[in-house]
Amino acid sequence: MSGSLIIFFVLALLAVFAAISLIVQRHPIHSALSLIVVMIALAGLYLLMGAEFVAAVQIIVYGGAIMVLFVFVIMLLNAEEEERTNFSKLATYAGIPLALAVAGFIAAAIASSSGSLPAPESSGALTSTKTLSNLLFSDFVYPFELTSFLILVAILGAIVLAQRET
Amino acid sequence: MTEFLTKYAYLIVPIVKIAILVFIVLTVDAYLTWIERKVIAHIQARWGPHRVGPHGLLQPLADGVKFIFKEDPLPAHVDKVAYFLAPFITLMLALTSLAVIPFGPQKFTVFGYETHVGIADVNISLLVLFAITALGVYGIALAGWGSNSKYSLLGGLRSSAQMISYELTLTLSVVGVLLIAGDFSLRNIVEQQASPARGLLTWNIFPQIIGFACFYIAAIAETNRVPFDLPEAESELVAGFHTEYASMKFAMFFIAEYTSMIAVSCLATILFFGGWLSPFPASWAFTHYLPSLLLIPFGLWIIYDGIRYENLFGRIVLPGVGTALTVVGGALVLLPVLNDAVQGPFWFFAKVFTFLFVYIWMRGTLPRFRYDQLMSFGWKFLLPVSIANVVLTSVVILWRMH
Repeated sequence: MSGSLIIFFVLALLAVFAAISLIVQRHPIHSALSLIVVMIALAGLYLLMGAEFVAAVQIIVYGGAIMVLFVFVIMLLNAEEEERTNFSKLATYAGIPLALAVAGFIAAAIASSSGSLPAPESSGALTSTKTLSNLLFSDFVYPFELTSFLILVAILGAIVLAQRET
Repeated sequence: MTEFLTKYAYLIVPIVKIAILVFIVLTVDAYLTWIERKVIAHIQARWGPHRVGPHGLLQPLADGVKFIFKEDPLPAHVDKVAYFLAPFITLMLALTSLAVIPFGPQKFTVFGYETHVGIADVNISLLVLFAITALGVYGIALAGWGSNSKYSLLGGLRSSAQMISYELTLTLSVVGVLLIAGDFSLRNIVEQQASPARGLLTWNIFPQIIGFACFYIAAIAETNRVPFDLPEAESELVAGFHTEYASMKFAMFFIAEYTSMIAVSCLATILFFGGWLSPFPASWAFTHYLPSLLLIPFGLWIIYDGIRYENLFGRIVLPGVGTALTVVGGALVLLPVLNDAVQGPFWFFAKVFTFLFVYIWMRGTLPRFRYDQLMSFGWKFLLPVSIANVVLTSVVILWRMH
Protein backbone atom coordinates (compact mmCIF):
# COMPACT_ATOMS: atom_id res chain seq x y z
CA MET A 1 0.00 0.00 0.00
CA SER A 2 1.55 3.26 -1.06
CA GLY A 3 1.57 6.34 1.15
CA SER A 4 -0.85 8.30 -0.98
CA LEU A 5 -3.35 5.42 -0.92
CA ILE A 6 -3.26 5.35 2.89
CA ILE A 7 -3.80 9.11 3.00
CA PHE A 8 -6.65 8.73 0.53
CA PHE A 9 -8.43 6.17 2.71
CA VAL A 10 -7.90 8.19 5.88
CA LEU A 11 -9.35 11.30 4.24
CA ALA A 12 -12.20 9.41 2.58
CA LEU A 13 -13.20 7.71 5.83
CA LEU A 14 -12.97 11.05 7.64
CA ALA A 15 -15.24 12.65 5.03
CA VAL A 16 -17.80 9.84 5.19
CA PHE A 17 -17.91 9.71 9.00
CA ALA A 18 -18.15 13.47 9.27
CA ALA A 19 -20.98 13.45 6.71
CA ILE A 20 -22.87 10.82 8.75
CA SER A 21 -22.20 12.83 11.91
CA LEU A 22 -23.58 15.91 10.14
CA ILE A 23 -26.96 14.20 9.81
CA VAL A 24 -26.99 12.35 13.12
CA GLN A 25 -25.96 15.26 15.36
CA ARG A 26 -28.87 16.94 17.10
CA HIS A 27 -27.31 20.31 17.68
CA PRO A 28 -27.02 22.65 14.66
CA ILE A 29 -23.52 23.82 15.69
CA HIS A 30 -22.25 20.25 15.91
CA SER A 31 -23.72 19.56 12.47
CA ALA A 32 -22.00 22.64 11.10
CA LEU A 33 -18.69 21.55 12.64
CA SER A 34 -19.06 18.14 10.99
CA LEU A 35 -19.66 19.85 7.67
CA ILE A 36 -16.44 21.82 8.12
CA VAL A 37 -14.57 18.54 8.67
CA VAL A 38 -16.11 17.19 5.44
CA MET A 39 -14.94 20.29 3.55
CA ILE A 40 -11.38 20.03 4.88
CA ALA A 41 -11.23 16.28 4.11
CA LEU A 42 -12.39 17.03 0.56
CA ALA A 43 -9.70 19.70 0.24
CA GLY A 44 -7.17 17.07 1.27
CA LEU A 45 -8.49 14.74 -1.44
CA TYR A 46 -8.13 17.50 -4.06
CA LEU A 47 -4.57 18.07 -2.91
CA LEU A 48 -3.88 14.35 -3.29
CA MET A 49 -5.01 14.59 -6.92
CA GLY A 50 -2.63 17.48 -7.57
CA ALA A 51 -5.32 20.17 -7.70
CA GLU A 52 -3.55 22.44 -5.23
CA PHE A 53 -5.31 25.65 -6.21
CA VAL A 54 -8.75 24.02 -5.94
CA ALA A 55 -7.79 22.58 -2.55
CA ALA A 56 -6.76 25.97 -1.19
CA VAL A 57 -9.85 27.66 -2.60
CA GLN A 58 -12.03 24.87 -1.18
CA ILE A 59 -10.78 25.68 2.32
CA ILE A 60 -10.83 29.47 1.85
CA VAL A 61 -14.31 29.66 0.32
CA TYR A 62 -16.23 26.66 1.70
CA GLY A 63 -14.33 25.88 4.89
CA GLY A 64 -13.76 29.53 5.71
CA ALA A 65 -16.25 32.03 4.33
CA ILE A 66 -19.43 30.01 3.81
CA MET A 67 -19.25 27.85 6.92
CA VAL A 68 -18.32 30.84 9.08
CA LEU A 69 -21.53 32.47 7.93
CA PHE A 70 -23.45 29.28 8.81
CA VAL A 71 -21.92 29.14 12.28
CA PHE A 72 -22.45 32.87 12.70
CA VAL A 73 -26.15 32.63 11.84
CA ILE A 74 -26.68 29.61 14.11
CA MET A 75 -24.97 31.44 16.96
CA LEU A 76 -26.90 34.62 16.30
CA LEU A 77 -30.28 32.85 16.27
CA ASN A 78 -29.18 30.85 19.32
CA ALA A 79 -30.64 27.68 17.81
CA GLU A 80 -31.52 25.03 20.38
CA GLU A 81 -31.11 21.28 20.11
CA GLU A 82 -33.41 19.67 17.59
CA GLU A 83 -36.23 17.52 18.93
CA ARG A 84 -36.07 14.02 17.55
CA THR A 85 -39.49 13.06 16.16
CA ASN A 86 -40.77 9.70 14.96
CA PHE A 87 -40.08 9.06 11.31
CA SER A 88 -42.83 10.33 9.10
CA LYS A 89 -44.64 7.67 7.08
CA LEU A 90 -43.36 9.08 3.81
CA ALA A 91 -39.74 8.94 4.96
CA THR A 92 -40.08 5.28 5.99
CA TYR A 93 -41.95 3.92 3.01
CA ALA A 94 -40.55 6.08 0.20
CA GLY A 95 -37.20 7.27 1.58
CA ILE A 96 -35.50 4.02 2.54
CA PRO A 97 -36.22 2.19 -0.78
CA LEU A 98 -35.16 5.31 -2.67
CA ALA A 99 -31.89 5.56 -0.73
CA LEU A 100 -31.21 1.86 -1.37
CA ALA A 101 -31.96 2.34 -5.08
CA VAL A 102 -29.56 5.27 -5.38
CA ALA A 103 -26.83 3.35 -3.55
CA GLY A 104 -27.45 0.38 -5.86
CA PHE A 105 -27.23 2.51 -8.99
CA ILE A 106 -23.97 4.10 -7.91
CA ALA A 107 -22.50 0.73 -6.95
CA ALA A 108 -23.58 -0.78 -10.28
CA ALA A 109 -22.12 2.14 -12.22
CA ILE A 110 -18.78 1.84 -10.44
CA ALA A 111 -18.72 -1.97 -10.78
CA SER A 112 -19.47 -1.93 -14.51
CA SER A 113 -16.95 0.76 -15.40
CA SER A 114 -14.08 -0.06 -13.07
CA GLY A 115 -11.99 -1.42 -15.93
CA SER A 116 -12.46 1.59 -18.18
CA LEU A 117 -12.14 4.37 -15.58
CA PRO A 118 -9.22 6.60 -16.52
CA ALA A 119 -6.77 6.66 -13.63
CA PRO A 120 -5.88 10.17 -12.47
CA GLU A 121 -2.39 11.17 -13.47
CA SER A 122 -0.15 10.53 -10.51
CA SER A 123 2.97 12.06 -11.97
CA GLY A 124 3.23 14.29 -8.89
CA ALA A 125 3.39 17.39 -11.06
CA LEU A 126 0.98 19.98 -9.74
CA THR A 127 -1.13 22.04 -12.10
CA SER A 128 0.28 25.50 -11.85
CA THR A 129 -2.03 28.33 -10.99
CA LYS A 130 -0.84 30.15 -14.09
CA THR A 131 -2.12 27.40 -16.39
CA LEU A 132 -5.42 27.41 -14.56
CA SER A 133 -5.90 31.16 -14.84
CA ASN A 134 -4.87 31.15 -18.51
CA LEU A 135 -7.56 28.55 -19.21
CA LEU A 136 -10.11 30.43 -17.11
CA PHE A 137 -9.58 33.73 -18.91
CA SER A 138 -9.16 32.43 -22.47
CA ASP A 139 -11.05 29.20 -23.22
CA PHE A 140 -13.65 29.44 -20.47
CA VAL A 141 -14.03 33.21 -20.31
CA TYR A 142 -17.76 33.23 -21.19
CA PRO A 143 -18.89 30.68 -18.58
CA PHE A 144 -16.66 32.48 -16.08
CA GLU A 145 -18.14 35.90 -16.84
CA LEU A 146 -21.68 34.49 -16.82
CA THR A 147 -21.12 32.96 -13.38
CA SER A 148 -19.78 36.27 -12.09
CA PHE A 149 -22.85 37.99 -13.49
CA LEU A 150 -25.12 35.45 -11.79
CA ILE A 151 -23.41 36.07 -8.45
CA LEU A 152 -23.71 39.83 -8.98
CA VAL A 153 -27.47 39.43 -9.54
CA ALA A 154 -27.72 37.38 -6.35
CA ILE A 155 -25.84 40.07 -4.39
CA LEU A 156 -28.14 42.80 -5.77
CA GLY A 157 -31.15 40.65 -4.86
CA ALA A 158 -29.88 40.25 -1.30
CA ILE A 159 -29.40 44.01 -0.96
CA VAL A 160 -32.90 44.72 -2.31
CA LEU A 161 -34.44 42.19 0.08
CA ALA A 162 -32.52 43.58 3.04
CA GLN A 163 -33.57 47.15 2.21
CA ARG A 164 -37.26 46.24 2.11
CA GLU A 165 -37.08 45.18 5.76
CA THR A 166 -36.38 48.67 7.09
CA MET B 1 22.16 4.50 12.52
CA THR B 2 23.39 6.71 9.67
CA GLU B 3 21.72 4.35 7.20
CA PHE B 4 18.40 4.69 9.01
CA LEU B 5 18.77 8.47 9.11
CA THR B 6 19.57 8.64 5.39
CA LYS B 7 16.62 6.44 4.50
CA TYR B 8 14.05 8.32 6.55
CA ALA B 9 15.61 11.79 6.25
CA TYR B 10 12.47 13.07 4.48
CA LEU B 11 10.53 12.32 7.68
CA ILE B 12 13.07 13.04 10.40
CA VAL B 13 14.42 16.36 9.12
CA PRO B 14 10.97 18.05 8.96
CA ILE B 15 10.04 16.73 12.41
CA VAL B 16 13.27 18.09 13.92
CA LYS B 17 12.69 21.42 12.13
CA ILE B 18 9.12 21.58 13.47
CA ALA B 19 10.31 20.88 17.02
CA ILE B 20 12.96 23.61 16.80
CA LEU B 21 10.54 26.13 15.30
CA VAL B 22 7.83 25.45 17.92
CA PHE B 23 10.41 25.80 20.69
CA ILE B 24 11.66 29.11 19.27
CA VAL B 25 8.17 30.47 18.64
CA LEU B 26 6.88 29.61 22.11
CA THR B 27 9.91 31.23 23.71
CA VAL B 28 9.50 34.33 21.57
CA ASP B 29 5.80 34.40 22.52
CA ALA B 30 6.68 34.30 26.20
CA TYR B 31 9.21 37.11 25.88
CA LEU B 32 6.88 39.08 23.63
CA THR B 33 4.53 39.39 26.61
CA TRP B 34 7.46 40.74 28.62
CA ILE B 35 8.44 43.19 25.87
CA GLU B 36 4.82 44.27 25.50
CA ARG B 37 4.42 44.93 29.23
CA LYS B 38 7.73 46.76 29.41
CA VAL B 39 7.14 48.93 26.34
CA ILE B 40 3.60 49.84 27.32
CA ALA B 41 4.77 50.58 30.85
CA HIS B 42 7.43 52.95 29.55
CA ILE B 43 4.92 54.60 27.20
CA GLN B 44 2.72 55.20 30.25
CA ALA B 45 5.67 56.33 32.41
CA ARG B 46 5.69 53.23 34.63
CA TRP B 47 8.36 50.61 35.29
CA GLY B 48 6.51 47.48 34.20
CA PRO B 49 7.55 44.07 35.55
CA HIS B 50 10.81 44.41 37.48
CA ARG B 51 10.56 42.10 40.50
CA VAL B 52 11.14 38.63 39.07
CA GLY B 53 14.75 38.58 37.95
CA PRO B 54 16.69 41.59 36.62
CA HIS B 55 14.40 43.90 34.62
CA GLY B 56 11.60 41.36 35.29
CA LEU B 57 13.20 39.03 32.77
CA LEU B 58 11.91 35.93 34.55
CA GLN B 59 8.33 37.20 34.58
CA PRO B 60 7.26 35.02 31.57
CA LEU B 61 8.60 31.96 33.42
CA ALA B 62 6.68 32.88 36.57
CA ASP B 63 3.53 33.45 34.48
CA GLY B 64 3.96 30.07 32.83
CA VAL B 65 4.30 28.30 36.18
CA LYS B 66 1.24 30.15 37.44
CA PHE B 67 -0.81 29.14 34.39
CA ILE B 68 0.08 25.48 34.83
CA PHE B 69 -0.74 25.33 38.54
CA LYS B 70 -3.98 27.32 38.47
CA GLU B 71 -7.23 25.45 39.00
CA ASP B 72 -9.10 24.79 35.76
CA PRO B 73 -12.80 24.81 36.65
CA LEU B 74 -15.43 23.76 34.13
CA PRO B 75 -18.29 26.28 34.05
CA ALA B 76 -21.83 24.90 34.34
CA HIS B 77 -23.79 23.99 31.18
CA VAL B 78 -20.97 24.53 28.71
CA ASP B 79 -21.00 22.72 25.39
CA LYS B 80 -18.12 20.37 26.20
CA VAL B 81 -17.04 19.66 22.62
CA ALA B 82 -16.84 23.30 21.60
CA TYR B 83 -15.41 24.41 24.96
CA PHE B 84 -12.49 21.98 24.86
CA LEU B 85 -11.90 22.13 21.11
CA ALA B 86 -11.76 25.93 20.81
CA PRO B 87 -8.36 26.65 22.44
CA PHE B 88 -6.79 23.73 20.60
CA ILE B 89 -8.11 24.85 17.21
CA THR B 90 -6.94 28.41 17.82
CA LEU B 91 -3.43 27.45 18.90
CA MET B 92 -3.04 24.73 16.27
CA LEU B 93 -3.99 27.02 13.38
CA ALA B 94 -1.81 29.84 14.66
CA LEU B 95 1.23 27.55 14.84
CA THR B 96 0.44 25.91 11.47
CA SER B 97 0.48 29.27 9.73
CA LEU B 98 4.22 29.56 10.48
CA ALA B 99 4.90 26.31 8.62
CA VAL B 100 4.90 27.85 5.15
CA ILE B 101 7.01 30.91 5.96
CA PRO B 102 10.58 30.91 4.59
CA PHE B 103 13.00 32.50 7.08
CA GLY B 104 16.11 32.69 4.95
CA PRO B 105 17.57 32.13 1.48
CA GLN B 106 19.92 29.18 2.19
CA LYS B 107 19.43 25.61 1.14
CA PHE B 108 21.39 22.96 3.01
CA THR B 109 21.70 19.19 2.83
CA VAL B 110 21.23 16.96 5.88
CA PHE B 111 21.80 13.19 5.41
CA GLY B 112 21.33 13.54 1.66
CA TYR B 113 18.06 15.41 2.05
CA GLU B 114 17.98 18.93 0.65
CA THR B 115 16.11 21.36 2.83
CA HIS B 116 15.95 25.07 3.63
CA VAL B 117 15.34 27.54 6.45
CA GLY B 118 11.61 27.15 7.08
CA ILE B 119 9.43 24.07 7.30
CA ALA B 120 7.47 23.59 4.07
CA ASP B 121 8.23 25.17 0.71
CA VAL B 122 4.88 24.96 -1.07
CA ASN B 123 4.36 26.76 -4.34
CA ILE B 124 0.97 28.07 -3.17
CA SER B 125 2.21 29.14 0.28
CA LEU B 126 0.29 32.41 0.24
CA LEU B 127 -3.00 30.62 -0.47
CA VAL B 128 -2.25 28.07 2.25
CA LEU B 129 -1.67 30.91 4.66
CA PHE B 130 -5.01 32.50 3.77
CA ALA B 131 -6.76 29.14 4.07
CA ILE B 132 -5.40 28.77 7.60
CA THR B 133 -6.43 32.32 8.46
CA ALA B 134 -9.91 31.63 7.10
CA LEU B 135 -10.29 28.71 9.51
CA GLY B 136 -8.97 30.76 12.42
CA VAL B 137 -12.38 32.27 13.11
CA TYR B 138 -13.78 28.97 14.38
CA GLY B 139 -11.61 28.82 17.47
CA ILE B 140 -12.84 32.16 18.73
CA ALA B 141 -16.45 31.68 17.60
CA LEU B 142 -16.65 28.27 19.27
CA ALA B 143 -15.03 29.55 22.45
CA GLY B 144 -17.62 32.32 22.60
CA TRP B 145 -20.57 30.08 21.87
CA GLY B 146 -19.44 27.04 23.84
CA SER B 147 -18.81 28.73 27.19
CA ASN B 148 -22.50 29.43 27.80
CA SER B 149 -22.00 33.01 28.93
CA LYS B 150 -23.43 36.18 27.46
CA TYR B 151 -20.12 38.03 27.51
CA SER B 152 -18.38 35.18 25.72
CA LEU B 153 -21.16 34.88 23.16
CA LEU B 154 -21.07 38.61 22.41
CA GLY B 155 -17.29 38.48 22.09
CA GLY B 156 -17.47 35.47 19.79
CA LEU B 157 -20.13 37.07 17.58
CA ARG B 158 -18.22 40.34 17.35
CA SER B 159 -15.08 38.49 16.48
CA SER B 160 -16.67 36.39 13.72
CA ALA B 161 -18.29 39.44 12.13
CA GLN B 162 -15.05 41.41 12.36
CA MET B 163 -12.91 38.66 10.93
CA ILE B 164 -15.29 38.00 8.02
CA SER B 165 -15.32 41.70 7.19
CA TYR B 166 -11.57 42.25 7.34
CA GLU B 167 -10.59 39.01 5.66
CA LEU B 168 -11.84 40.40 2.34
CA THR B 169 -9.58 43.42 2.63
CA LEU B 170 -6.67 41.26 3.78
CA THR B 171 -6.94 39.05 0.71
CA LEU B 172 -7.56 41.87 -1.77
CA SER B 173 -4.70 44.03 -0.48
CA VAL B 174 -2.23 41.27 -1.35
CA VAL B 175 -3.46 40.95 -4.95
CA GLY B 176 -1.30 43.93 -5.97
CA VAL B 177 1.84 42.10 -4.81
CA LEU B 178 0.69 38.95 -6.59
CA LEU B 179 0.19 40.89 -9.81
CA ILE B 180 3.73 42.22 -9.61
CA ALA B 181 5.29 38.89 -8.64
CA GLY B 182 3.07 36.61 -10.75
CA ASP B 183 3.55 33.82 -8.23
CA PHE B 184 1.96 32.44 -5.05
CA SER B 185 5.21 31.17 -3.57
CA LEU B 186 6.49 33.37 -0.76
CA ARG B 187 10.08 32.42 -1.61
CA ASN B 188 9.68 33.60 -5.20
CA ILE B 189 7.92 36.78 -4.07
CA VAL B 190 10.97 37.64 -1.97
CA GLU B 191 13.45 36.73 -4.69
CA GLN B 192 11.56 38.81 -7.22
CA GLN B 193 12.15 41.87 -5.01
CA ALA B 194 15.90 41.33 -4.92
CA SER B 195 18.27 43.68 -6.71
CA PRO B 196 21.91 43.70 -5.61
CA ALA B 197 22.58 47.15 -7.04
CA ARG B 198 19.66 49.14 -5.63
CA GLY B 199 18.91 47.56 -2.24
CA LEU B 200 15.65 48.54 -0.70
CA LEU B 201 14.44 50.60 -3.67
CA THR B 202 13.01 47.53 -5.44
CA TRP B 203 10.94 46.32 -2.49
CA ASN B 204 7.22 45.99 -3.02
CA ILE B 205 6.45 48.65 -0.44
CA PHE B 206 7.11 51.48 -2.92
CA PRO B 207 4.70 50.49 -5.72
CA GLN B 208 2.29 48.96 -3.19
CA ILE B 209 2.16 51.50 -0.37
CA ILE B 210 -1.66 51.61 -0.49
CA GLY B 211 -1.79 47.83 -0.53
CA PHE B 212 0.53 47.70 2.46
CA ALA B 213 -1.59 50.16 4.46
CA CYS B 214 -4.73 48.11 3.77
CA PHE B 215 -2.91 44.87 4.52
CA TYR B 216 -1.49 45.99 7.84
CA ILE B 217 -4.76 47.50 9.11
CA ALA B 218 -6.72 44.40 8.08
CA ALA B 219 -4.08 42.14 9.61
CA ILE B 220 -4.31 43.93 12.95
CA ALA B 221 -8.08 43.46 12.83
CA GLU B 222 -7.63 39.78 11.98
CA THR B 223 -5.39 39.23 14.99
CA ASN B 224 -7.87 41.05 17.27
CA ARG B 225 -5.33 43.55 18.52
CA VAL B 226 -5.76 47.17 19.60
CA PRO B 227 -7.38 49.28 18.12
CA PHE B 228 -9.56 46.43 16.82
CA ASP B 229 -9.73 44.31 19.98
CA LEU B 230 -13.53 44.54 20.21
CA PRO B 231 -13.93 40.77 20.82
CA GLU B 232 -12.17 41.13 24.16
CA ALA B 233 -13.09 44.69 25.05
CA GLU B 234 -12.55 44.49 28.81
CA SER B 235 -14.58 47.61 29.59
CA GLU B 236 -17.73 46.12 28.04
CA LEU B 237 -17.36 42.35 27.83
CA VAL B 238 -15.20 41.42 30.87
CA ALA B 239 -12.73 39.54 28.63
CA GLY B 240 -14.85 38.65 25.62
CA PHE B 241 -14.63 35.18 24.16
CA HIS B 242 -12.19 33.83 26.74
CA THR B 243 -14.07 35.06 29.83
CA GLU B 244 -14.88 31.51 30.98
CA TYR B 245 -11.45 30.05 30.38
CA ALA B 246 -8.81 29.61 33.05
CA SER B 247 -5.38 28.13 33.53
CA MET B 248 -3.58 26.63 30.52
CA LYS B 249 -6.62 26.93 28.20
CA PHE B 250 -6.61 30.68 28.78
CA ALA B 251 -2.88 30.72 28.14
CA MET B 252 -3.39 28.86 24.87
CA PHE B 253 -5.56 31.68 23.54
CA PHE B 254 -2.82 34.12 24.42
CA ILE B 255 -0.06 32.04 22.87
CA ALA B 256 -2.19 31.77 19.73
CA GLU B 257 -2.71 35.54 19.64
CA TYR B 258 1.00 36.25 19.92
CA THR B 259 1.85 33.54 17.39
CA SER B 260 -0.52 35.02 14.84
CA MET B 261 1.06 38.42 15.51
CA ILE B 262 4.40 36.87 14.59
CA ALA B 263 2.89 35.22 11.50
CA VAL B 264 1.37 38.50 10.32
CA SER B 265 4.65 40.34 10.88
CA CYS B 266 6.49 37.67 8.88
CA LEU B 267 3.96 37.97 6.08
CA ALA B 268 4.22 41.77 5.96
CA THR B 269 8.01 41.45 5.87
CA ILE B 270 7.94 38.93 3.03
CA LEU B 271 5.27 40.56 0.89
CA PHE B 272 6.23 44.21 1.16
CA PHE B 273 9.67 44.56 2.77
CA GLY B 274 11.80 42.09 0.89
CA GLY B 275 11.89 39.28 3.43
CA TRP B 276 15.50 38.35 4.18
CA LEU B 277 16.99 40.85 1.70
CA SER B 278 19.33 43.49 3.01
CA PRO B 279 18.10 47.07 2.55
CA PHE B 280 21.55 48.14 1.38
CA PRO B 281 23.14 47.61 -2.03
CA ALA B 282 25.44 44.59 -2.17
CA SER B 283 28.46 46.83 -2.85
CA TRP B 284 28.27 48.31 0.66
CA ALA B 285 30.37 45.53 2.21
CA PHE B 286 30.52 47.06 5.68
CA THR B 287 26.78 46.48 6.16
CA HIS B 288 27.58 42.77 6.42
CA TYR B 289 29.05 43.47 9.83
CA LEU B 290 25.87 45.05 11.23
CA PRO B 291 24.85 41.87 13.15
CA SER B 292 28.19 41.87 14.99
CA LEU B 293 28.03 45.62 15.41
CA LEU B 294 24.74 45.16 17.26
CA LEU B 295 25.67 41.99 19.17
CA ILE B 296 29.03 43.07 20.64
CA PRO B 297 27.93 46.37 22.28
CA PHE B 298 24.70 44.69 23.44
CA GLY B 299 26.66 41.83 25.04
CA LEU B 300 29.08 44.27 26.70
CA TRP B 301 26.20 46.34 28.00
CA ILE B 302 24.54 43.23 29.48
CA ILE B 303 27.79 42.35 31.30
CA TYR B 304 28.05 45.90 32.66
CA ASP B 305 24.37 45.95 33.61
CA GLY B 306 24.49 42.51 35.27
CA ILE B 307 27.37 43.37 37.58
CA ARG B 308 25.25 45.98 39.35
CA TYR B 309 22.90 43.28 40.73
CA GLU B 310 24.31 41.66 43.84
CA ASN B 311 22.76 38.21 43.39
CA LEU B 312 23.16 35.04 41.37
CA PHE B 313 21.64 36.61 38.26
CA GLY B 314 23.75 39.71 38.35
CA ARG B 315 26.98 37.91 39.20
CA ILE B 316 26.73 34.86 36.94
CA VAL B 317 23.75 34.61 34.53
CA LEU B 318 23.67 38.09 32.98
CA PRO B 319 27.46 38.42 32.55
CA GLY B 320 27.44 34.87 31.12
CA VAL B 321 24.76 35.75 28.56
CA GLY B 322 26.59 38.97 27.76
CA THR B 323 29.89 37.16 27.24
CA ALA B 324 28.16 34.60 24.99
CA LEU B 325 26.63 37.36 22.85
CA THR B 326 29.95 39.18 22.60
CA VAL B 327 31.74 35.97 21.60
CA VAL B 328 29.10 35.25 18.93
CA GLY B 329 29.48 38.80 17.63
CA GLY B 330 33.25 38.41 17.52
CA ALA B 331 32.99 35.04 15.77
CA LEU B 332 30.84 36.63 13.08
CA VAL B 333 33.57 39.19 12.38
CA LEU B 334 36.30 36.52 12.23
CA LEU B 335 34.44 33.84 10.24
CA PRO B 336 33.09 35.21 6.93
CA VAL B 337 31.22 31.92 6.16
CA LEU B 338 29.20 32.19 9.35
CA ASN B 339 28.63 35.89 8.78
CA ASP B 340 27.20 35.28 5.30
CA ALA B 341 24.89 32.57 6.62
CA VAL B 342 23.53 34.90 9.28
CA GLN B 343 22.74 37.83 6.94
CA GLY B 344 19.35 36.56 5.68
CA PRO B 345 17.84 35.52 9.02
CA PHE B 346 19.26 38.68 10.65
CA TRP B 347 17.43 41.05 8.30
CA PHE B 348 14.31 38.89 8.40
CA PHE B 349 14.07 38.91 12.18
CA ALA B 350 15.02 42.57 12.40
CA LYS B 351 12.08 43.45 10.17
CA VAL B 352 9.70 41.08 11.96
CA PHE B 353 10.71 42.55 15.30
CA THR B 354 10.05 46.06 13.99
CA PHE B 355 6.51 45.07 13.04
CA LEU B 356 5.95 43.43 16.42
CA PHE B 357 7.15 46.64 18.06
CA VAL B 358 4.67 48.65 15.97
CA TYR B 359 1.91 46.32 17.21
CA ILE B 360 2.85 47.07 20.83
CA TRP B 361 3.38 50.75 20.12
CA MET B 362 -0.14 50.98 18.71
CA ARG B 363 -1.57 49.25 21.76
CA GLY B 364 0.05 51.88 23.93
CA THR B 365 -1.15 54.75 21.73
CA LEU B 366 -4.53 54.21 20.11
CA PRO B 367 -7.98 53.99 21.71
CA ARG B 368 -10.39 51.23 20.74
CA PHE B 369 -12.85 51.66 17.85
CA ARG B 370 -16.59 51.73 18.48
CA TYR B 371 -18.28 48.74 16.88
CA ASP B 372 -20.21 50.64 14.19
CA GLN B 373 -17.06 52.64 13.38
CA LEU B 374 -15.19 49.38 12.96
CA MET B 375 -17.75 48.03 10.50
CA SER B 376 -18.16 51.19 8.44
CA PHE B 377 -14.39 51.69 8.33
CA GLY B 378 -13.87 48.15 7.09
CA TRP B 379 -16.62 48.02 4.50
CA LYS B 380 -16.95 51.62 3.33
CA PHE B 381 -13.33 52.74 3.38
CA LEU B 382 -10.79 49.92 3.52
CA LEU B 383 -12.48 47.53 1.08
CA PRO B 384 -13.03 50.12 -1.72
CA VAL B 385 -9.47 51.39 -1.30
CA SER B 386 -8.03 47.89 -1.62
CA ILE B 387 -10.17 47.23 -4.73
CA ALA B 388 -9.00 50.54 -6.21
CA ASN B 389 -5.42 49.45 -5.48
CA VAL B 390 -5.95 46.24 -7.46
CA VAL B 391 -7.37 48.17 -10.42
CA LEU B 392 -4.60 50.77 -10.29
CA THR B 393 -1.86 48.15 -10.12
CA SER B 394 -3.34 46.20 -13.04
CA VAL B 395 -3.59 49.34 -15.16
CA VAL B 396 0.02 50.32 -14.47
CA ILE B 397 1.26 46.80 -15.23
CA LEU B 398 -0.71 46.76 -18.51
CA TRP B 399 0.65 50.22 -19.37
CA ARG B 400 4.21 49.02 -18.91
CA MET B 401 3.61 45.91 -21.00
CA HIS B 402 2.55 47.93 -24.05
